[in-house]
Amino acid sequence: MTSTHNAAGLAAISMRIRREIVEMIGEAKSGHPGGSLSAVEILTTLFFDVMRHDPNNPAWPERDRFILSKGHAAPVLYCMLAQCGYTPKDQLNTLRKLGSIYQGHPDRRFIPALEASTGSLGVGLSVGLGMALAARLNGSPARVYVMLGDGEIQEGQVWEAAMFGAYHKADNIVAIVDYNKIQLDGFVKDIMEVHPLADKWRAFGWHTLEIDGHDIPAVQRALADAAAAKGRPTAIVAHTIKGKGVSFMENNPKFHGTAPSPAEVQAALQELQ
Amino acid sequence: MTPSKTRFELKSGLATREAFGRTLTALGRENQDVVVCDADLSKSTFTSLFAKEFPERFFSCGIAEANMISIGAGLAAGGKIPFVSSFSCFAVNKGFEQLRVTVAYPGVNLKLVGTHSGISIGEDGPSQMSIEDLGLMCSLPGFVVLSPADEVSMAALVRAAAAHVGPVFIRAGRMKAPVIYPRDQVFTVGHAVELIEGTDVTIIATGLLVAEAIRAADALEAEGVSARVVDIHTIKPLDREAIARAAQETAAIVVAEEHLIDGGLGVRVAQVVAETCPCVMEFVGIRNTYAESASPEQLLDKYGLVSRDVIAAVRRALARKG
Repeated sequence: MTSTHNAAGLAAISMRIRREIVEMIGEAKSGHPGGSLSAVEILTTLFFDVMRHDPNNPAWPERDRFILSKGHAAPVLYCMLAQCGYTPKDQLNTLRKLGSIYQGHPDRRFIPALEASTGSLGVGLSVGLGMALAARLNGSPARVYVMLGDGEIQEGQVWEAAMFGAYHKADNIVAIVDYNKIQLDGFVKDIMEVHPLADKWRAFGWHTLEIDGHDIPAVQRALADAAAAKGRPTAIVAHTIKGKGVSFMENNPKFHGTAPSPAEVQAALQELQ
Repeated sequence: MTPSKTRFELKSGLATREAFGRTLTALGRENQDVVVCDADLSKSTFTSLFAKEFPERFFSCGIAEANMISIGAGLAAGGKIPFVSSFSCFAVNKGFEQLRVTVAYPGVNLKLVGTHSGISIGEDGPSQMSIEDLGLMCSLPGFVVLSPADEVSMAALVRAAAAHVGPVFIRAGRMKAPVIYPRDQVFTVGHAVELIEGTDVTIIATGLLVAEAIRAADALEAEGVSARVVDIHTIKPLDREAIARAAQETAAIVVAEEHLIDGGLGVRVAQVVAETCPCVMEFVGIRNTYAESASPEQLLDKYGLVSRDVIAAVRRALARKG
């Protein structure tokens, strides 16, 4: 894999990843395109610029860790892993099919390079904090990045973890909320309002940043800022657009958990050039 | 240990929770990777002993069991050997989803120790009593489930749990437990211990009920009934061979446990008996109810978990066996 700090290069990778996400979910005929597309720039910046990791040595003890706590966005993570060279790219279209390593939600039994098996919402930040504490005890420079959904943070365990992270001064972890404003049943504000999100993390003692999650230089700056913050964990509230990049999926709750039809896949690929 | 035909003298010993705390602290001295997570009950679970000696390896999680279980999972993923402890009812029930999805499913190397199990916690009452933990923990694929009867077996099995790679649950009790084993007794995970030889009936017991089974066997011997006593300290994986042998050789089995009969050791033993050598069975345990506040001794008596109840079950089994 080739890493880059160049925003245009990261944008080009993001475009490729978006096409793969649409294709693989279309092929699977089920899955969660909206929340995969909203997270692309953040994951691209992490995997191709910021994180210290080595696809040739996935068990490297000092690697940085990424946990997709919103496990239903598995396709965006699978595309990253394949693009980096952890997993075969030519099998991406086996997503959700019998025998595939690309399970419906991330499953370490099938892909050891995954840091955690997720899919039950609310658990990932706690697991990441445990990893961060282990790294600190080991004197390792490893940093942990956990992506949470905005609907996911309605789970109480997230706030247990938030209290824990600040109390234990876990400054080697970053929680990133993919704030795309939509969950399965509709708009977050109509299901269980989470606003004001940044204020909540600040109140829990986290160094908190609020950014446009599709603005790659902004993502880079936020992650650098997080690395410089000492004595407390960082939360990045990343404002994003659900279904970003495909006009008929953007801000459309239908595409939280519905696969595009073959015609919709073609229309989407037309736009993702 | 060679099975004995002589009367056992049961001396009072430590509560298994205290034996856990002491052994854990000794393990902490030997192995830098041993870490502990606690949810505001360290004085009760005796992890406070470890915390005092190794504060940097002790993580206070506050009263947040769900988070604590997953923190432990992350520590295990980072190469540590986390012992995560609380009252069994809180750790298992409030942390069950986390035990399922962040521990059992990925198969991480976490050790969960649930103290104050059963009804023998006494006065605090049913909200603090764990009577379903064995059933719940056995329902998690890959988990080893241990239920030591005394301080000697607890000490040995805490060490066995640390040495085992994979998730382990250890059930501990609040009240002082009679000492059953000599200090040098060897325990192997998955291998039951035959404490008393017998040919007419087998009493299979776990936890505090092992001592009651021994008392029952002693009393039955005076009546001319030869009762075998087997301590099942490993609820999962079960010692199928010892159970099948008991079924074949004594043709009557009584299972005794401080747990709901639904989902407990008894039904697991019955499955093995059904699959190997069907025989008459009777069950001593908690029957479809919650207990109440009282002294531990009063509760064990009222809810049918003393040697008298084991003896009655043996008589029922022998009558049915004919």
